[in-house]
Amino acid sequence: MGLLSRKVTCNSHGQDSSYFLGWQEYEKNPYHEVNNPQGIIQMGLAENQLSFDLPESWLAKNADAAGFKRDGQSIFKELALFQDYHGLPAFKKALVDFMAEIRGNKVTFDPNHIVLTAGATSANETLMFCLAEQGDAFLLPTPYYPGFDRDLKWRTGVEIVPIQCTSSNRFQITAPALEEAYQQAQRKNLRVKGVLVTNPSNPLGTTMRRDELDLLINFITDKEIHLISDEIYSGTVFSSPGFVSIMEVLKDRSLEQTPVWERVHIVYSLSKDLGLPGFRVGAIYSNDPIVVAAATKMSSFGLVSSQTQYLLSAMLSDKKFTKEYMAKNHKRLQKQQSKLVSGLEKAGIGCLESNAGLFCWVDMRHLLSSNTFEAEMELWKRIVYDVKLNISPGSSCHCSEPGWFRVCFANISEDTLKVAMQRLKSFVDSVAINNQSHQELKNSRKKFRTKWVFRLSFQSFHDREQDER
Amino acid sequence: MVAMSKIATGNGHGENSPYFDGWKAYETNPFHPTERPEGVIQMGLAENQLCFNLIKNWLIKHPEASLCTPQGVNKFKETALFQDYHGMPEFRQAVAKFMGKVRGDRVKFDPDRIVMSGGATGAHEMVAFCLADPGEAFLVPTPYYPGFDRDLKWRTGVELVPVNCESYNNFKITRNALEAAYVKAQEANLRVKGLLITNPSNPLGTILDRDTLKSMVRFINDKNIHLIGDEIYAATVFMEPEFLSISEIIEEEDVECNRDLIHIVYSLSKDMGFPGFRVGIVYSYNDSVVSCARKMSSFGLVSSQTQHLIASMLSDDEFVDNFLTESKVLLFKRHKYFTWSLSQVGIGCLKGNSGLFIWMDLRKLLKEKTFAAEMELWRVIINEVKLNVSPGCSFHCEEPGWFRVCFANMDDHTMKVALLRIRTFVLKNNEAMVPLKLCRPSSLKLSLSRSLSRRMDDFMSPGIMSPHSPLPQSPLVRART
Repeated sequence: MGLLSRKVTCNSHGQDSSYFLGWQEYEKNPYHEVNNPQGIIQMGLAENQLSFDLPESWLAKNADAAGFKRDGQSIFKELALFQDYHGLPAFKKALVDFMAEIRGNKVTFDPNHIVLTAGATSANETLMFCLAEQGDAFLLPTPYYPGFDRDLKWRTGVEIVPIQCTSSNRFQITAPALEEAYQQAQRKNLRVKGVLVTNPSNPLGTTMRRDELDLLINFITDKEIHLISDEIYSGTVFSSPGFVSIMEVLKDRSLEQTPVWERVHIVYSLSKDLGLPGFRVGAIYSNDPIVVAAATKMSSFGLVSSQTQYLLSAMLSDKKFTKEYMAKNHKRLQKQQSKLVSGLEKAGIGCLESNAGLFCWVDMRHLLSSNTFEAEMELWKRIVYDVKLNISPGSSCHCSEPGWFRVCFANISEDTLKVAMQRLKSFVDSVAINNQSHQELKNSRKKFRTKWVFRLSFQSFHDREQDER
Repeated sequence: MVAMSKIATGNGHGENSPYFDGWKAYETNPFHPTERPEGVIQMGLAENQLCFNLIKNWLIKHPEASLCTPQGVNKFKETALFQDYHGMPEFRQAVAKFMGKVRGDRVKFDPDRIVMSGGATGAHEMVAFCLADPGEAFLVPTPYYPGFDRDLKWRTGVELVPVNCESYNNFKITRNALEAAYVKAQEANLRVKGLLITNPSNPLGTILDRDTLKSMVRFINDKNIHLIGDEIYAATVFMEPEFLSISEIIEEEDVECNRDLIHIVYSLSKDMGFPGFRVGIVYSYNDSVVSCARKMSSFGLVSSQTQHLIASMLSDDEFVDNFLTESKVLLFKRHKYFTWSLSQVGIGCLKGNSGLFIWMDLRKLLKEKTFAAEMELWRVIINEVKLNVSPGCSFHCEEPGWFRVCFANMDDHTMKVALLRIRTFVLKNNEAMVPLKLCRPSSLKLSLSRSLSRRMDDFMSPGIMSPHSPLPQSPLVRART
């Protein structure tokens, strides 16, 4: 009989996953332009490092808010003592206004319905504790963020049942897939308590379409279950189609007075949109006052530091700043993403067309030695150890098809991205040379290239392709 | 319609306890010296508000500790990005050093064993998740902090079994009491995984002596169960005897202890007065626990902005040494005045030397020796005397009539108002004990006049203390002269 709990000895924390092993390799040999140009380039970290100059210059101009002062008077003591789990009212107001702004002000949020948590990590776990018991399950579309295995399951005892999505329709959620997942849970004797989606998607980098959101609402209405929409990347939507929040769809369908309204919950955080993961600012938004009340009490286990709440309430209340930040940030994300896409394309690699997030969902199926996850792991190891790029293999995101990889672009400079793409191209070229059926490969690459010509805004892609030929 | 979880809809959050009812009364009518002089005075909140001037002065001299000043903004980006659950090395080093200093540098703490958590609240829950499975139990000596019911049990499914301590021997934790609790747990089919102690004690305001600590260490080793020492009040020991930490006991030659069983919970909320910053620490001597807790700390990391501030502040040795000394002096003075004033109207309390509160004995004011009578008295204290104090039953005390009264969360004026109200109430009810012999010839009225203030200051100065005073003297006070 163990001295420690079962949680210590199991590996539901998920850190034996390859997702984290790549990070470890990076840490042993990190790339540096000058000091370590042969090191591993970190492309497995979904961080937004493109826009720090903006909050930094805001700080320079707003000493009062920043330096524990209000109107010149020190409020240090007040902040140091403030541990009310209801959160700083000014911060909650600023946060919900920011969330509304991200959604084009098509929806508004009530500060009394928001619960502050130590990051989205804590928000997701807290919602599980509120909505589900040990042995219950949530359905998640694949591929999904590897951290969910820890956040949703580890200490809660809740299970995840995947909703299988495939490349055949750009990994969108379908009604049959939802139903199949539900049945699968039942076969495993798991009571389904809800669906959790990430919108915009990690790792896909795409926003959910309105018909997908409608489908989800219909499904959870029919099954009388919850829907959690993790909208942590909502502020990173840099091109069309724009972001449609689940709240907007509920509103458009006039569902506010119906039972489903109180079964939809949003998770948010400032880690991706504002690039502040270190500050641990997460939030749960629910239309159900009982969920809000329970989650608020649970937030005691991971409150947001009052000094951080204060700093950000000042920053986010500055509408001029938020407007400028959103506009510039989107532009920079779009620019960097298109550099990644074109760099990949030069290496003969396509990716899922994306309009959001800090990464691309890259298709390397044609580089696999066989259509298996073993081959994917083999390829991944070569990319980490030989090409020296840390990217995340699709299997770590529970993707049902081997050969997909998540590649981040917003945590590195343009120059580093260039180096990464050059390395990748050299690698692919060497594979082509070494491969006996390299002609076959070239042909299949062309086929894939054609396949990757999607309808929307791919004129430039077409042009480049023609130039190459 | 699918329900929410039992955890969410049940009472495990503990907020229906009277501990929180008093807070609610306060919130609807809070005292303010000018705007609401008849409001409820908050004496149910164990906060340390005595040292903010020291900290403010340090902040003014160290603008680089804030990310938001011109001197600090160059660290903004790297700090904002830092989410490594190992925590900033400089933060861990500074906290480890601080913890050592609080223990008179008699022990050293390893920064690599420092794990962050969302306050001590998060730390306790995390330790419970690491050490016990649902349905297993921890032993906890009574009276204990009401928040433990939430922190250790609510989402973890772990049970708490009380170790009964009584006033006849000053609530000492005896080996017999420990054994009895262990047997009781077994009879209830609960597998005991550990013993949780708070040292210095909340709500008692006392520290554990060497013999008790050794006896506990022997007990847990005999039973092969964990010992969790919540040392959140370690730096609030303002009077002898000196604080003795578990970390010191296990180093003693005649103590045999499996280190894998020893864990410390800490926080800066009480010692420094920073509850809003959510700086909780788990320090374990067990490598597996450190490793697991570190992964779990993702659910409640300390904001990097705060890590940066704390690293800066606690690395300043001169500041820390000065702070620790000053804090003790201020706590001592406040405690001494408070207990002395209460004794003047015949109200006694448990002899304590630490914490931010006193354990007040109102047994003689109870209509009968029951918890119902305690609740009745408590409602009178809140509604008529207008003081929010915490009734002993909310701390699972075995005997009715004890109340925890906090004294470090208010300024001098408010404290005097509170004492005056107590005095008025007691004298009105004519149920006070005969006042103890005064140590000063003139009779002191607890008025708000300047002359009283002056006399209070005189009183606090060691030169005037009568050798026959019933009150103990702090060596710290002596040392200043």
